[in-house]
Amino acid sequence: MFRILRKTLGIGVVTEQDPAATDEALESLGIEVKRLVEARFNGSLAIREVDAGSCNGCELEIHAMNNPYHDVERFGIHFVASPRHADVLLVTGPVSRHMETALLRTWEATPAPKWVIACGDCACDGGIFGQDNYASCGGVEAVLPVDLRISGCPPAPLELLAGLRALIQAS
Amino acid sequence: MGRFDWLSEYLARLEDEHVLVRRGSAQKLAPAHVLEIDAEDWGRAARQASLMEYRWCGLWGDENAGQIRVYACLENDGDYLVLQTAVATDMPVLPSHVPSYPIADRPERHAQDMLGLVFSDSPDERRWIRHQAWPESSYPLRRNFSLPEQAASQPAPADGDYPFRAIRGEGVCEIPVGPVHAGIIEPGHFRFNVVGEEILSLEQHLGYVHKGIEKAAVGRSPEELVRLAGRVSGDSSVAHAWAACQALERASGCYPGARDVELRGLFCERERVANHLGDIGAICNDVGFAFALYQCSRLREDWLRRNRELFGHRLLMDLLVPGGVTRDLDSAGVESLKQDHQRLRQETDELFDILLDQPSLEDRLLNTGVLRPATAKALGCTGYVGKASGQGFDLRISNPYPPYAQLPMTGVCLSEGDVMARVQVRMEEIRHSLAWMDQLLERFSPGESSRDWRIPDGPCEGLGLVEGWRGEIITYVRLDASGRVARFFPRDPSWHSWPALERIVMGNIVPDFPVCNKSVNGSYSGQDL
Repeated sequence: MFRILRKTLGIGVVTEQDPAATDEALESLGIEVKRLVEARFNGSLAIREVDAGSCNGCELEIHAMNNPYHDVERFGIHFVASPRHADVLLVTGPVSRHMETALLRTWEATPAPKWVIACGDCACDGGIFGQDNYASCGGVEAVLPVDLRISGCPPAPLELLAGLRALIQAS
Repeated sequence: MGRFDWLSEYLARLEDEHVLVRRGSAQKLAPAHVLEIDAEDWGRAARQASLMEYRWCGLWGDENAGQIRVYACLENDGDYLVLQTAVATDMPVLPSHVPSYPIADRPERHAQDMLGLVFSDSPDERRWIRHQAWPESSYPLRRNFSLPEQAASQPAPADGDYPFRAIRGEGVCEIPVGPVHAGIIEPGHFRFNVVGEEILSLEQHLGYVHKGIEKAAVGRSPEELVRLAGRVSGDSSVAHAWAACQALERASGCYPGARDVELRGLFCERERVANHLGDIGAICNDVGFAFALYQCSRLREDWLRRNRELFGHRLLMDLLVPGGVTRDLDSAGVESLKQDHQRLRQETDELFDILLDQPSLEDRLLNTGVLRPATAKALGCTGYVGKASGQGFDLRISNPYPPYAQLPMTGVCLSEGDVMARVQVRMEEIRHSLAWMDQLLERFSPGESSRDWRIPDGPCEGLGLVEGWRGEIITYVRLDASGRVARFFPRDPSWHSWPALERIVMGNIVPDFPVCNKSVNGSYSGQDL
């Protein structure tokens, strides 16, 4: 047990001394986001992520926002399990027609004021799956009012953070 | 040893059963062998194959010129056999493979929804991929399909009346979950029947992220197809793109150079390592061991950043094109990768040692979510789900394609079949991939990557077979006379691991479902298409 504890603690320190934690881009973005979240959202921005038909690429990068390098929670941004706790819906995918109603219901369950972010090229305009597709709505805009688009296939974590900053500034 | 040593016995058995078989071309869908069978013998051919214990691995149809050609893929000893038959489009009736191979159920229902095939003796006629977005009697993969205007102008209703199987009895409760799940995860619906905390049964209803990939591919150029294939499942971008490239290259007879396939192998192994790291962390996190998630996601992030630095994309998308790759690797890149491998090896040795020596983790993962070897075999599971349950099949070893034939890959096979075994398979695969990549970098073919690809002169078809990080991927591509895609069918290994999950959770408690699910980690997008 002592051996495990010692190793656990040892590796834990490595994480804290992570070189990317001083990554300038992340830090400057992060601090700005934190200020904005504090000023406009009372210190906490709650995001409900909805995969409405993505290939799962965007989800991998949204997950990466929570890894120790990016750790978005330190900026007051956190992902919540229920739309009822959310300020923002972060929607990925070209919105498959099979997810259309589920997405609408999720949006209806989100209390106002609420914002919708279309995350990734597919969510912005259908992306590679196209507009003229029997199974897809061709972008989030076709189903919900969209406040912000973050392009990329998929957008990298820092691009996502930059997108969130833009949303907070505009709102 | 010659390949297809077993084929003559199968043919003899078919002859005994008076099944008329025409030997198809050995080249057309190489390395698979094609056997043409009359529609009325379709079920009996499967029955003989199942008696011989061949693995059933996929089914797809292709409508063209008034008929629907139907293909079923079987595997034995690393050799592939494609059974082929044809039915008239206006009378598309075919015996089912389900009586011999229960795993054929969902693929057949998919073909039924997409092409209007009728499997006469199928025990399950319910829709699978079709929800309510288009009328029941219109089939998206038929050439004359168009979405009725009325259906297109209104939101597609939720599939609320899907006929789930109900279990009745005292104290039995039904728990519906999804399609929108609580985490950052793909959507799908799970219907549990429970008594107290114990799961009596789970039934999945997938298809929520069906985005018409098969139809969207039609009419695209081979280059556009490979880009699309890279988005069949975002976490398997390299593997699916590679399978599509293989199918196109075999169809056209234009093969990439040695360096190109080595780079593809490198990308594919990097994809495997990244995903396994992510999964190991996430599985441990699902039982409250957050330390593992932090460490694994840190290592994964390092790995992805190197991807972007060297190859321009964190998830290695769009690096493969028909005939080659888009990115080369210089000697400085080779050196930095070697150092990365060394570092990751050290870190994972230490980390995995801790994970395997944690009593609290053992307590939650050992004997949880057991998939028995016999069940895994019946379901035809490949990848870590199969390998943790006694199914050692790995395309890179069983029927190696370049570059794996030149550098032997070590396999891993356990028999416990529990969540812990699936974690251990992932750990071993990371070690093996690192060792293989090191060998590869040592003897990387000199010169530059080439891209020698031309569109074939006439209509052609090909099969791609790739061992992705989830397991075996089978991709069928047919090009028309102008070199445009006429049919694209990518079969993700998830078609086999999703039904495995239904078996795995039986008798477990509801709070263990997340960790069982994560240990299988089926792709929704790859299955829903």
